[in-house]
Amino acid sequence: MSATAVHSLWTTASGVTSAAPGDRFTAPTIEYAQLAPVLIIVGAAVLGVLAEAFVPRKARYHTQLLLTVVALAAAFAAVVALAAGGYGTTKAQIAAMGAIAIDGPTLFLQGTILLVSVVSVFTFAERRLDPTAHGNRVDSFAAQAGTVPGSESEKAAVRAGFTTTEVFPLVLFSVAGMLVFPAANDLLTLFIALEVFSLPLYLLCAVARRKRLMSQEAAVKYFLLGAFSSAFLLFGIALLYGYAGSLSYATIANVVDGSVLEIDPALAGTMGNDALLLIGGAMILTGLLFKVGAVPFHMWTPDVYQGAPTPVTGFMAAATKVAAFGALLRLLYVVLPGLTWDLRPVLWAVAIITMLGGAVVAITQTDIKRLLAYSSIAHAGFILAGVIATSPEGVSSVLFYLGAYSFVTVGAFAVVTLVRDAGGEATHLSKWAGLGRRSPLVAAVFAVFLLAFAGIPLTSGFSGKFAVFKAAAESGAGALVVVGVISSAIAAFFYIRVIVLMFFSEPKADGPTVAVPSPLTMTTIAVGVAVTLVLGLAPQYFLDLAGQAGVFVR
Amino acid sequence: MENLIALLVAAPLLGAAVLLCGGRRLDRAGHWLGTVLAAASFVVGVVLFADMLGKGAEDRALHQHLFSWIPVEGFQADIAFQLDQLSMTFVLLITGVGTLIHIYSIGYMEHDERRRRFFGYLNLFLAAMLILVIADNYLLLYVGWEGVGLASYLLIGFWQHKPSAASAAKKAFLVNRVGDMGLSIAIMLMFTTFGTFAFGPVLESTGETSEGKLTAIGLMLLLAACGKSAQVPLQSWLGDAMEGPTPVSALIHAATMVTAGVYLIVRSGAIFNGAPDAQLVVAIVGAVTLIFGAIVGCAKDDIKKALAGSTMSQIGYMILAAGLGPIGYIFAIMHLVTHGFFKAGLFLGAGSVMHGMNDEVDMRKYGGLRKYMPVTFITFGLGYLAIIGFPGLSGFFSKDKIIEAAFAKGGTEGWILGSVALLGAAITAFYMTRVMLMTFFGEKRWQPDAEGHEPHPHESPKSMTIPMIVLAVGSVFAGGFFAIGDRFVNWLEPVTGYEHGHSPLSVATVTGATVVALVIGVGIAWAMYGRKPVPVLAPRGSLLTRAARRDLLQDDFNHVVLVRGGEHLTRSLVYVDHSLVDGVVNGTAASVGGLSGRLRKLQNGYARSYAVSMFGGAAVVIAATLLMRAV
Repeated sequence: MSATAVHSLWTTASGVTSAAPGDRFTAPTIEYAQLAPVLIIVGAAVLGVLAEAFVPRKARYHTQLLLTVVALAAAFAAVVALAAGGYGTTKAQIAAMGAIAIDGPTLFLQGTILLVSVVSVFTFAERRLDPTAHGNRVDSFAAQAGTVPGSESEKAAVRAGFTTTEVFPLVLFSVAGMLVFPAANDLLTLFIALEVFSLPLYLLCAVARRKRLMSQEAAVKYFLLGAFSSAFLLFGIALLYGYAGSLSYATIANVVDGSVLEIDPALAGTMGNDALLLIGGAMILTGLLFKVGAVPFHMWTPDVYQGAPTPVTGFMAAATKVAAFGALLRLLYVVLPGLTWDLRPVLWAVAIITMLGGAVVAITQTDIKRLLAYSSIAHAGFILAGVIATSPEGVSSVLFYLGAYSFVTVGAFAVVTLVRDAGGEATHLSKWAGLGRRSPLVAAVFAVFLLAFAGIPLTSGFSGKFAVFKAAAESGAGALVVVGVISSAIAAFFYIRVIVLMFFSEPKADGPTVAVPSPLTMTTIAVGVAVTLVLGLAPQYFLDLAGQAGVFVR
Repeated sequence: MENLIALLVAAPLLGAAVLLCGGRRLDRAGHWLGTVLAAASFVVGVVLFADMLGKGAEDRALHQHLFSWIPVEGFQADIAFQLDQLSMTFVLLITGVGTLIHIYSIGYMEHDERRRRFFGYLNLFLAAMLILVIADNYLLLYVGWEGVGLASYLLIGFWQHKPSAASAAKKAFLVNRVGDMGLSIAIMLMFTTFGTFAFGPVLESTGETSEGKLTAIGLMLLLAACGKSAQVPLQSWLGDAMEGPTPVSALIHAATMVTAGVYLIVRSGAIFNGAPDAQLVVAIVGAVTLIFGAIVGCAKDDIKKALAGSTMSQIGYMILAAGLGPIGYIFAIMHLVTHGFFKAGLFLGAGSVMHGMNDEVDMRKYGGLRKYMPVTFITFGLGYLAIIGFPGLSGFFSKDKIIEAAFAKGGTEGWILGSVALLGAAITAFYMTRVMLMTFFGEKRWQPDAEGHEPHPHESPKSMTIPMIVLAVGSVFAGGFFAIGDRFVNWLEPVTGYEHGHSPLSVATVTGATVVALVIGVGIAWAMYGRKPVPVLAPRGSLLTRAARRDLLQDDFNHVVLVRGGEHLTRSLVYVDHSLVDGVVNGTAASVGGLSGRLRKLQNGYARSYAVSMFGGAAVVIAATLLMRAV
């Protein structure tokens, strides 16, 4: 249908007059209440910057931590209030002059991002794992990020006991971007949100206290490739504007399905040209697939996950994935439903190679952080299977999966921060041998997370995977489910191998020790385990919640 | 009144739980607790029986629904009991004989360190057996069925320090699994056919079901019965089961558990009535086993194994009767009850003899014991007279009825089955007379045991002789009490149905023939073992004797066909598993690993090559999208 409608648009373009040129400027209406979660976070981030400038150095850590946690909690409260007020269902609406959609998926994903951010921030604030440097407690971040690694000035900063408390406002800015990303209802907002959450992440990746060169290399790679992918996204946006004459999701969708017949004279040469639509759509897709880490746009993932400070890795792996999949869902369900049949084969192929590629390459990894990176790639493939379902069950299963997966991820990376030797975190797998004999509790907790990654029943991983595969199978993607199950089997191999390594190998004499963390990291891990088990044992309430949240507003 | 039914099971179940979990503190009083709870169950049974007698024949059946076990849409399994006349008969037999054997065991097991555990197992057996006979559906029956199998396994292997006992227990368990598989398949077939497995609905709707399905269910039930009741071809475990303590042999492997197969077939009478072919197979299995067991019984020198052969043979009679249909069901049960008395009595007598003879079981080393153990001699003798069918005693009435019913089956089948039953009676008389003569008559052939102790036979303590006396009384009078005035027939008819068979031979002819068979059997035995001295070392014997000593080569057959065959099958499967399955699995793993190693090299750490990958990916995505539209 769209093809013929578009074609008629194309040929009748010259005969249509433009809209009246004399439109006056009107002040935009902003629904502050509905935007409260984002506004709270942005406000707190700005306050954080001010705190860096005005609060004495000694008090900064506590001030920033308090500010961040309070802001995240308040924003979460706002999300809950909105959801309770029916904004997720009956009162779902487009806010801020069409820029932001407040609906079920938005609120669900914002809630997930905020909760995950809270527990991630706890790991950011952990200061008991590293031995004290010159009498000062230190965290995972460089004393002064601007100093050259190994230089005198770095040593001076360490001696002075500096810490990079800027990470807290950076996280808040990033969270603000992530909150907007899945809610963006026009392409420009989408792009701005992307940059708002990506730029602080690039910085955060670069500020590791140990292995600083590796950290900086990771940040540069991430930045370069991120910029590259942003370029694709931006060019795609331009093409779609050329096609539809608008950046608004709703308008583009209407043009795609042929219910808009007016043509903007300024775009008479391009509007309705399907080639623009297809190329633009594919390019935007590319940008988003980069962010979720789908093959073949995944190559930044292992390097960045490995190089970034582990708390940042956990945060990035969990929260970015949630935000990016949210945006991808909205794009496919709201903007491009008319292109479902054009995009489906491509998405199928991407999902398949993502699942298989992530699982297969993970087998030969020897570093726990890289292993988890490939695992996250495989999981991106599983989630894509749910995205492709293009049904309400597909949406809700993806929402559920994201919630379940993000907590497992944050928890798993938090455990990684605990296993240390003289050089900091001992991330090489050979050092994890026999960990279960020395620290049975930590090993057992990590085993729970690994089993959840593998999708073993009674963990959230199983509930999520089951929901996603069920939705995919019901929408006719049975073959995809078969591939999913096969790659799950491959993936189970390396997850279980780590468990075997921890429990059934002799500990090494010079093996790492498990540092006893402060209550902050303990909370992160405990929440991770609790969510994993609750979603595994009694998932129904949360499945229902995701089910209710599964409808996009248009 | 129906609320009492659960108490029947609850008492021994409580006993089992307390005795098995209670630990050593209960060692001193445990046997009393077990016995009292068994007796309590018996008392409850008697109370229920008295109540039942007070009602009309049609509304005697009681039901008790305890709770829904598995309430699922389309699959309703309940823990519910049904106590009708048939169940009542079994309840009284099980709890009555069970209580006597508990009492006997107090004396018999006196010197055993693990007596408490023994009583715990006995109570467990009682509870499971009661569940089996009062269940109101096949699934719950199956629970009891497995429960008695477990108790039997535990008790056969009670003296687990003896390798022979341990392996006998395993053998019994394994052979029974074959039968249990039959029962579970039968239950599945019932569920698919009838949508339920409660007795009422299943047995009432057999009329609307095709004969083929009923035959399949019937044959599977028969397989189950063969396992539990030691019928050919699953009979091989019973002889070895004699490794268990003698009270166990008396209770489980003579009086009660081994008759569960008969109960199952009679209870499922409606199914077999609708499947004449299955019914005929039942009768044939019974007839074959009855001769098979009798021949084995003739050749054994081990007193318990001789009695075990006899048990097999007598249950063969019951199965034969059950295979005759409504003309035989009631007589099967009647023989079952009288057999419960005299065979339990015989086993207890054998146990008493062993008790006095340093646990010697070889009859060739007995002889002349009647003077030393008068009570045992008299009670054993009465049991002997009952089992061979001496006119007027229990066995005479019940066996005679089965032989009559077999002839009444009609046609060639009737003649064949009747003659076999008659032949069996003669052989029974022979082997039982042989046991009697070798044990209690003739000269002493006593030998010192392995440690050099000379036997000093003596009468057993009261706790052992009293149960023997009670059972002897039952052996003498039960048959007459049941048969005269058709008491037993009238009692069970509302449950099992009854048809009076019309035998081609008159009742007097059959009775006369039975008595003649009896006289011939006793006469031959007298000629062989009474007139001539019995050699202490067994003579080589004829080919048949030698085969019969080896249980008619049943183990050899199983070994060659099942064990060897099984080994070959396993070996070939292992080969396939190693070469093919493992090959595929390992090959896949290796190739995935290799692929992983190669793909890993793509991740070379250069941002430029990552960008190329992205660019290539984007190009492919765009091209593919466009291509889709073009296609």
